[in-house]
Amino acid sequence: MKRFLIALVVLMLAGPVVAQSGPLRLTITDGVIEPLPFAVPSFEPENAEAAQVAADITRLVALDLSGTGLFREIPASAFISAHSSFAQTVAYPDWRAINAQAMISGAVTVSGNQLIVKFRLYDVFSGTEMGGGLQFAGTVDGWRRMAHKVADAAYRRITGEGGYFDSRIVFVSESGPKDNRQKRLAIMDFDGANMQFLTDSSALVLAPRFSPTGDRVLYTSFASGSPRINVLDVTSVGTRQLQTADGEMAFSPRFSRDGTQVIYSLANGGNTDIYRGDIASGASTRLTSAPSIETAPSLSPDGSQIVFESDRSGTQQMYIMSANGGDARRISFGDGRYATPVWSPRGDLIAFTKQNAGRFHIGVMRTDGSEERLLTSSFLDEGPTWSPNGRVIMFMRETQGAGGTSSLYSVDVSGRNLKPVPLPNGASDPSWGPLQP
Amino acid sequence: MTILPKIALMGLIVITAGCTNPDRFTAGANDAAQAGVNDPTSPLFFNQTIGDRVLFAVDTSTLTDEGKAILDGQVGWLQSNADYLAIIEGHADEQGTREYNISLGFRRSNAVREYLVSKGVPATRLRATSYGKERPIQVCSQESCYASNRRAVTVISLASLS
Repeated sequence: MKRFLIALVVLMLAGPVVAQSGPLRLTITDGVIEPLPFAVPSFEPENAEAAQVAADITRLVALDLSGTGLFREIPASAFISAHSSFAQTVAYPDWRAINAQAMISGAVTVSGNQLIVKFRLYDVFSGTEMGGGLQFAGTVDGWRRMAHKVADAAYRRITGEGGYFDSRIVFVSESGPKDNRQKRLAIMDFDGANMQFLTDSSALVLAPRFSPTGDRVLYTSFASGSPRINVLDVTSVGTRQLQTADGEMAFSPRFSRDGTQVIYSLANGGNTDIYRGDIASGASTRLTSAPSIETAPSLSPDGSQIVFESDRSGTQQMYIMSANGGDARRISFGDGRYATPVWSPRGDLIAFTKQNAGRFHIGVMRTDGSEERLLTSSFLDEGPTWSPNGRVIMFMRETQGAGGTSSLYSVDVSGRNLKPVPLPNGASDPSWGPLQP
Repeated sequence: MTILPKIALMGLIVITAGCTNPDRFTAGANDAAQAGVNDPTSPLFFNQTIGDRVLFAVDTSTLTDEGKAILDGQVGWLQSNADYLAIIEGHADEQGTREYNISLGFRRSNAVREYLVSKGVPATRLRATSYGKERPIQVCSQESCYASNRRAVTVISLASLS
């Protein structure tokens, strides 16, 4: 099947990028504004126990895809054919008649807590199936993940890019007023579901960062009275303080791409510099040595370079240096201040927080500083994190005033589809983890 | 932990907040502050009469003349009350990103620490830290509140500085 998929992708790349006349393909560019219409007939419950979960999975697959803003669901009330059986032949003319360009069909089996989901994707206007049938096995409790996996597969086949639905995000859950705010580490699915706390509120915690494989989280804790970096095992929820170079405060950590090292900021005598440390041994190397503030380091996907912020010019600006330190070149030159740079997983863009004329923005620019684009604007937008496929950015937005609260938002890298992540409490400092295996 | 000590602690916070309006997040650190405000050797006297904090202009860590006058008073108090240690907590207002504000708060607490040391307070009795923008004492989003939040607070302690 894999060989067939590759052949199909090659075929699609070679062909014209017009969904109506060639094979179905949605090329995501800044120019895509009209969402691609798709239909998801209710997944077939293959036994009675599967009826409810089959309905739930169908709705979530549709919600995942339409939630991207790239796809538009055609309501079931418009369907001419029912396609109530997974095995039946597709009545393409009936789906063409309602302008469904893609049709997703599925079947669900439940035995005990075991859940099996099968799925097929059809290119309606070509009258062909896209890729082969796929089958996912999981638990009934974990039904949302099965739906996300189906939606990821459909997204991947139609766009040719990786998905991001079956992923999780660590963040800081907030409650209480501004002058007595309680902060706890928490984890959730990409859509805000299945939120769980990872720490209690006994100590102030900030800025969790997922490891590349999603097994651990680095974060900053004030449990000792000063900022220190902790590492948390996501499965056991055990934590330990990371050994860092001697200094009074260690913060702003991120994992290296292989998960064995951490790049972070260390403050000593009023000066803040960037260091790299080995997580197992604690051995550390200083990477910057200016008397200014150097913080918020983020590695390039190949691990060879670090983008960071520094006020060495007088205000916060973004710089890129070798992962081993040394000379840095400034990449931000627009009005205002540039902070919290994050290298995209594709390597082509830097997301950042920009502060200018009393407003905060989330923006992106190329790694040479060109093509700056601001995606958002508000009283306080801060701390972008990339979806695993580099298409979506999540960040925190805080409202102003005595009753100000923070929440998480996501926005397409195109600047479209800005929307809040539904959560029961305030939230800040999101870090998007990898697609789950 | 029974309820009783909790009530006692809450009472302490209410009392200190009512008398001196200290940083509420450090009220617990001033457990030793039970002697009366009229006792010049008490941390309460330090907080209220000497002045436990200095303020800063936007995005700076430069001590003002007014700030230096307060710190001169802190030097005198710390020299005549040699049993006490001090943790200097730097803070920033909410106009800035989280990591930068931690560093900025640290610049502020270090400016205070260096000034106190330059006037003769042993460095071993002083520790500087920062809470960035995480612990505002005024919650409005206007300069009137920001001005009080851009501060370095000298918290008197009998505990070890470890």
